Amino acid sequence: MLARTASQLYWIGRYMERAEFTARLVEATVRLDALSARPAGEGAWESALLVAAVNKGFEATGNSVTPTNVANYLTLSDENTSSIRSCLHMARMNARAVRTALTREGWESINRAWLSISDRTAVGGFQAMLNLVEALKAEIRGFEGALHRMLRQESYWFLRLGASIERADNTARLIDVKYHIILPEGERVGGLIDRDQWGTILQTVSANTAFRWLYRDGLSPDRVVEMLTLRRELPRSLAAAVDEVVALLDALIKRTGFQGEADRMARLRQKRLVKTKAADIIRGGLHEYLQAFISENRLLNQAITRQFRFD
Amino acid sequence: MTAGKYFDEIWGYSRGRKPRPGFEKIARWIRDTPKPELRRRQASAEAAFRQLGITFNVYGEEDEAERIIPFDIVPRIFTAQEWASLSEGLEQRVTALNMFLEDIYRDRKIIDDGVVPADLVFCNPGFTPAVAGHRPPHGIFSHICGIDMVRTGADEFYVLEDNARTPSGVSYMLENREAMLRLCPELFEIFEIEPVDRYPDALREMMQSVAPDCAPREPVCVLLTPGHFNSAFYEHSFLADNVGIELVESADLIVDDDIVWMRTIEGRKRVDVIYRRLDDDFIDPLVFRPDSMLGVPGLMAAYFAGNVALINAPGSGIADDKAIYSYMPEIVKYYSGEDAKLPNVETWRCREPDSLQYTLENLADLVVKKVDGSGGYGMLVGPTSTSEQIEEFRDALKANPDGYIAQPTLELSTVPTLTDKGMKGRHVDFRPYVLSGTNGVHTVPGGLTRVALVEGSLVVNSSQGGATKDSLVLRPESNGQSQSQSQSGGSQTQAQSQTG
Repeated sequence: MLARTASQLYWIGRYMERAEFTARLVEATVRLDALSARPAGEGAWESALLVAAVNKGFEATGNSVTPTNVANYLTLSDENTSSIRSCLHMARMNARAVRTALTREGWESINRAWLSISDRTAVGGFQAMLNLVEALKAEIRGFEGALHRMLRQESYWFLRLGASIERADNTARLIDVKYHIILPEGERVGGLIDRDQWGTILQTVSANTAFRWLYRDGLSPDRVVEMLTLRRELPRSLAAAVDEVVALLDALIKRTGFQGEADRMARLRQKRLVKTKAADIIRGGLHEYLQAFISENRLLNQAITRQFRFD
Repeated sequence: MTAGKYFDEIWGYSRGRKPRPGFEKIARWIRDTPKPELRRRQASAEAAFRQLGITFNVYGEEDEAERIIPFDIVPRIFTAQEWASLSEGLEQRVTALNMFLEDIYRDRKIIDDGVVPADLVFCNPGFTPAVAGHRPPHGIFSHICGIDMVRTGADEFYVLEDNARTPSGVSYMLENREAMLRLCPELFEIFEIEPVDRYPDALREMMQSVAPDCAPREPVCVLLTPGHFNSAFYEHSFLADNVGIELVESADLIVDDDIVWMRTIEGRKRVDVIYRRLDDDFIDPLVFRPDSMLGVPGLMAAYFAGNVALINAPGSGIADDKAIYSYMPEIVKYYSGEDAKLPNVETWRCREPDSLQYTLENLADLVVKKVDGSGGYGMLVGPTSTSEQIEEFRDALKANPDGYIAQPTLELSTVPTLTDKGMKGRHVDFRPYVLSGTNGVHTVPGGLTRVALVEGSLVVNSSQGGATKDSLVLRPESNGQSQSQSQSGGSQTQAQSQTG
């Protein structure tokens, strides 16, 4: 497979996953905002910018941090290269160039997702935001469905590899939302609002029911952390994403017959995660753990780029 | 303009009263299928094209944005006999055309023998001195030829233009057929129709056959596209996909020690055959335009070293020149020893004083074309032009007579077409695709039919209100037409295997 094609497929995977993550982030923020007493609600929007790592870009626009401004920036802004619209635009441009490596359904699902947001001008109020987010999530599920029907060969593996690397990053960021949100005065850690906030994060990764299945008892912060980081049964957990990266790289090794730095890094990371306990993560500081995870993921991305000659 | 003046391919000169022999069934289909139903099917085909993004254009309109070309649901039909004589003529012409190209870049016998004037060849902007003296692998220049044809009567087919450079539009032939199979399956029960879906296989076989001798038994073939911003990108990706070859951009190729490689995830992989959809000017900035960002530096050196085959070979474009075209009957005779089976349209070369004088005296009745123009641009259609336009053109012609040829205004055949005013005859042309490899010269039974949707218009270019139609070639009748039951069973399988 052409290195350029592999790179473009990988980035389609990343952009589609990032679009979905941003949609989920907007959803989480709307809900967290609604939980909090104002002005604490604005904190939710500020933290959303931090989590998506676009806070500097937003500052540069000179706009004030209001729900509408931030939601617009995250969703529709062309200035924000990680906005949902920008992600879908980039995914579509890449998809056009590698149409031969995609199925008809794959192309059509990306094209449709792009068309659904391309001429939207404003996000509207909370209800409209939630509706938009729901619609986008459905479009992206369409892409995942199309992906699932592809032949299991390089094209599929690179699309999925991009998606897995992005998902590892995004889940870590989503858990980290909680770090940035300050509990209202007088609220204690483990208290009602704290638990509600964790519940909201679960909701945005569609994992409420999963939590009850896995734990059968009350929601507690350390269990949520455990599930989102270490439980392989949950497809969006860090552990699941880490496993998937290793499996996809293995599939590529089988096809190409050679391995490299990316394979070693991915396996090392998997081995380490197997031994990790939730209590260790919390003791060392959840935020610090997640930040280290995000940096390592970035290094892995660079190793993949080198190994498959993307540049 | 009434229908009776022109030859209609279904109704002849009968003005819709009596179909030509053999066309009774299609005439009945056109009459009996309700118009709203046909309109619905046509809209459905166009919606599918839009969704797929079949948004390219056929003849050098590179700056057009994403746009689809209208599709007409009523097919154009060739009988088996018509096709047999057409394909024979096409293969004769393309064989001669390739011999001509090989000759003028090497021995120049046809010039020494005084058949074609030297200055017409060597001073021609289409002549590529850079490749003079070089023989492409297996001596074939124009592997894929699109011959533009028109018809003026039952047995009167003429070649209007040769496209030996990089003819496009073949994906329409394939996609239009897909649409027809899906939307009008009954047609494929009424008739036994030659399939066109062999084209991608034929293209691959041809490409493999012309690989350089140093290539492995399974040569690596690629399709080189200018990129996804190019207006014909859909066709490029469609063909690469269907032929089963890699679609590459210039940046994916590197030339090292006169060998062409593509960059893959496993490192470099040697390339043997390149079907390039880039013009000569852009393929190698070291040899042609130095400002080109599209090309592959060193590609021509690899080509001259005999390490890669280029489809079509650089230099083929001279055969598209309309002054060269005017010599095609002599060229065919010279190389084949036979008269050309497909006639040219009568052509006055304005470079010759007598012809120029005739042309200037009869501008209002003639079609005057630039020798190197295409896409319906830079031409004068005398009968439909104002006297101001004619005078303007007269000045341009006098200033540069060498740059023009003139032809009579042809009474192009019509084919029933679904219009706002119901089923009406509209003028058509035809572009079949001829493949030349060491495995022979082949024409896939079909092609691209373009139709001028505007009443009376003779200009079929998509930029000027043109649409496309499927072109059906009927199979030779085996034994009579009476056994409709078993026939329909047979052709149903046919239809299914084509859609699959």
